[in-house]
Amino acid sequence: MLIVNRYKVLVALSVVGMSGCSSLGVEPWERDLLAKKEMALTSAPIDASLDDHIYFSKEATSGGRSFGGGGCGCN
Amino acid sequence: MQLKAKKTNLKAMLTTASCALLGSTANVSAQETWQFDTAIMHYAEVDRVSATEAIIAGTKTFNNDEVLSLKLTIDALTGASPNGATTQPTPQTFTRPSGNGQYNVKAGDTPLDDTFHDTRVQLTGQWTQPLLKDYTVSVGGNFSKEYDYMSASLNGNVARDFNKKNTTLSAGMAYAYDVIEPEGGIPKPLSEMVVGDSNDPNFNDDFNKTRIGSDESKSTIDLLFGVTQVINRQMIVQLNYSYSTVSGYMTDPFKIISSVNNNGESQAYLYENRPDERTKHAFFGQTKYHFDSGILDASYRYMTDDWQIDSHTFDFRYLIPFTNGHFIEPHFRMYTQSAAEFYQPFIAQDEAKPNFVSADYRIGELDTYTVGLKYGMPLGDGNNLSFRLEYYHQTPKDNGTQAIGVLKEVELYEQVDAIIAQVTYSF
Repeated sequence: MLIVNRYKVLVALSVVGMSGCSSLGVEPWERDLLAKKEMALTSAPIDASLDDHIYFSKEATSGGRSFGGGGCGCN
Repeated sequence: MQLKAKKTNLKAMLTTASCALLGSTANVSAQETWQFDTAIMHYAEVDRVSATEAIIAGTKTFNNDEVLSLKLTIDALTGASPNGATTQPTPQTFTRPSGNGQYNVKAGDTPLDDTFHDTRVQLTGQWTQPLLKDYTVSVGGNFSKEYDYMSASLNGNVARDFNKKNTTLSAGMAYAYDVIEPEGGIPKPLSEMVVGDSNDPNFNDDFNKTRIGSDESKSTIDLLFGVTQVINRQMIVQLNYSYSTVSGYMTDPFKIISSVNNNGESQAYLYENRPDERTKHAFFGQTKYHFDSGILDASYRYMTDDWQIDSHTFDFRYLIPFTNGHFIEPHFRMYTQSAAEFYQPFIAQDEAKPNFVSADYRIGELDTYTVGLKYGMPLGDGNNLSFRLEYYHQTPKDNGTQAIGVLKEVELYEQVDAIIAQVTYSF
């Protein structure tokens, strides 16, 4: 019974979550600003890959935005 | 006019070269053209390492929204890197990692090994295409080779759009395999560096006793789950969770740690040793907001791992466009990490040797920040030129270890200053 209730709660939360999401967002004709190149999440991929290489070799953290594994024996 | 003709020729030449690589003919239609991004970046630390990196990246978008990206990176590294030993009030002598000769460090100076020089070539390819309705799939690979290091990786990613493409869920996986083959071989963990007369006939035998092989490898599996949500006409948000597990050789064969007496004086240098497993969890959040006056790009990353390293990264960029198409973009980044549980700036000679130990400040307690500015301008025909200049500062910290004896008189945690300069040209 408890499991069934938990399941119902999950479904209810998911529905609320999805409908929450659907109230967010824009219509296709409202994408004028979002469609700009500068509004892409990674708008300067070359800068991002150079930065990743620097910070990968100088700090103990990598990845997060994208995959962080492997790379170089950089010092 | 002549310049324009040259540019067109360069693009045509690269297009032909790319097509030749792909085994197709250079019959470029109006919609299916290559877009190239080229960059040269110079990274220079004061009195330490400097690196120059050149990138040429080509992206071709096909009529059916398939995208092919290829990237070639070449970099050259020279200069001096801390070897891990503590500063001393007296001069110090170290054997080079290769076993060929020695180098001296002045009293009061952070010990730096100045033998670093390497050239790296890296090739990256990625294919992305729509699949069924609402799905996008992407597969890619990477190969990188330098004198003593090789890395190869494969990745795959699938994304699904919901809710009029306002919500995107994605999941990806990557596998990387790295091999390190340092000149002079792999040092025996925690063995003592042989420091003596390298011309002595016995020196090579003694040095070889501190070696356990010629190469080591590690493999990395990364999983990445993300959700991207359009909030409104001005704002988009991304949240990622990534899991990374590394198995294999993660010790730095070039790093040592000082074994000191009760008065803090160096008695020996031991080769470091790190665990051969590491699992990391990272949470990454980013938003872009289109203000009337510009575009804000703000992100935060939290990373935690089973080496007890926790880190926080904050990154802010604000792009300010001008009416003539030029723009400036100030950048600020702040990073802080706690020390790995096996990090120690030195070992006390009379204490038992730990299983794992490293004095590499890059896995110690560390704060860094970066401030920079990018300036970009259009050059017509969709070509763009930009310049980036940044200042990077590192402040290593003591993770609570008390300095003893003579170590109180010297700088154990020297700060690092670096300049990053970059020119990018897209055509």
